[in-house]
Amino acid sequence: MWYFRSPEIVFGEDALDHLCHIEGTRALMVTDEVMSRLGFVEIVKAKLAEAGLECTVFDQVEPEPSLQTVRRGAALMLEQKPDWIVGLGGGSALDAAKAMWILYERPDLAPEEINPLDDLGLRQKARMVAIPTTSGTGSETTWAVVLTDTEEGRKISTGAPECTPDIAIVDPVFAAQMPPRLTADTGLDALTHAVEGYTSTWHNDFSDGLCLKAAQMIFSYLPRAYANGDDAEAREKMHNAAALAGLGFINSLAAAAHALGHSLGAVFHVPHGRLPYTIQFNARGGQPTRCADIARFLSLPAADDQQGAASLVSAIRDLERKVEGPLSIREALPDVTPDEFAARLDKLVDNAEMDATIVASARDLSTYDTRRLFEYAYEGKDIDF
Amino acid sequence: MSEEKLLFATQAWIEQFHQEVNKSAAYRQAAKTWEGDFYFVVEPDGLLPEPIYMYMDLWHGESRDAFITKDPTVRDPEFVISAPVNTWKDVIELRLDPLKGLMTKKLKLRGNMAKIMRAVKAANELVRCTTRVPTDFQM
Repeated sequence: MWYFRSPEIVFGEDALDHLCHIEGTRALMVTDEVMSRLGFVEIVKAKLAEAGLECTVFDQVEPEPSLQTVRRGAALMLEQKPDWIVGLGGGSALDAAKAMWILYERPDLAPEEINPLDDLGLRQKARMVAIPTTSGTGSETTWAVVLTDTEEGRKISTGAPECTPDIAIVDPVFAAQMPPRLTADTGLDALTHAVEGYTSTWHNDFSDGLCLKAAQMIFSYLPRAYANGDDAEAREKMHNAAALAGLGFINSLAAAAHALGHSLGAVFHVPHGRLPYTIQFNARGGQPTRCADIARFLSLPAADDQQGAASLVSAIRDLERKVEGPLSIREALPDVTPDEFAARLDKLVDNAEMDATIVASARDLSTYDTRRLFEYAYEGKDIDF
Repeated sequence: MSEEKLLFATQAWIEQFHQEVNKSAAYRQAAKTWEGDFYFVVEPDGLLPEPIYMYMDLWHGESRDAFITKDPTVRDPEFVISAPVNTWKDVIELRLDPLKGLMTKKLKLRGNMAKIMRAVKAANELVRCTTRVPTDFQM
């Protein structure tokens, strides 16, 4: 027994116009200062005004939103009493919007108490629209919420099925403004979702197709979107691919690359995704990894699972090179010395082991394995254990 | 030589489970910061007229105490997980991931769910310890 959850997805050029037709009286937009500066907030407000909604803006969401920020946004919601929550931005803004919405509906909860096991009883006060401005996290189609506990220095990877947005507006208009580095990092994040959603032990018939299609689109269109931000077709396809990958992985589960990536993000503030290393690790475990399916779908050599995994790793590294992404943690953290990295290894391993996604890996990770994965990924070494 | 199986949810079974937990280096590592005790409850069904409560006190990667009772008032544990015997069988035979069981409410949990979510790896290692107890589910 399992579930497939999805928002209503409005996609393509002018999808934003759907906002003109929603019914309600008051919206509260959760976003960040960059969205305000770029004028995106005013565009969305104008659409909401056409629908007759007053709109209050909370634009204080920082990258990797903290529990404190979530509490402040929820307090504003309790004061303003919106019947629509509008998340506008990248994954941070959308995740923060979901968490604030939960606390608005359930002020008895603390943000660190959000979990996927409780029945929350949402939608008594408001519904949620998610409008992504990056093409990566897929937060618009998921119930995942990633927050940062700044006191403990760890990411809280949580969420609740009920906080799947009611509407996801996947309009490429905002994504077209992303700078190349953000385009690359978010696109590789989406690829991690697609591959892990397909290879996790929770994979299922309903998520498989979404993950395969998303992976294929990312390999085809990410290099184009990165090389030429004005390539409208590539921008739109990447925006759709990110939403598909989000829908795919949230209905199966992400796995070790996410657990490692969330941990790295909390400790060193780098985008997550350590995909080639976890694929190599899984492939050496002797159990099927389903990588050959993905490789075949991408028309890569895949006579068996081993060759499929090797082909997929090679293709991902080629893609990373094309978008000038770091191939190792060391490259991603040029200002962190090897000694500084080693000093934080215990924390990195502890964080990764507390991340729920680690249990869905095709191959079990011992604490020692997790530590060595970090060490090898830091050096950029092929996994040989 | 075939291994003698222990009847599930008996004192002999929980004592063997307790020993397996304390022998497991993987569990000790995964649960090194865990503090919390449990009732694992076998719910009544056609063959089981009344619930069985399996108490286990898990602390920093070890089981400090474990016993069977039919009287739930003997302890007031932080967590209670309940399911019929067939669901426990699915968990122990690795056909049902414990987290998935909780999310689909096949396993009913009472207690701090957010705390459980930070310990899913420990939960999986705990389940692995049960697989090392030769178990007869014919209750």
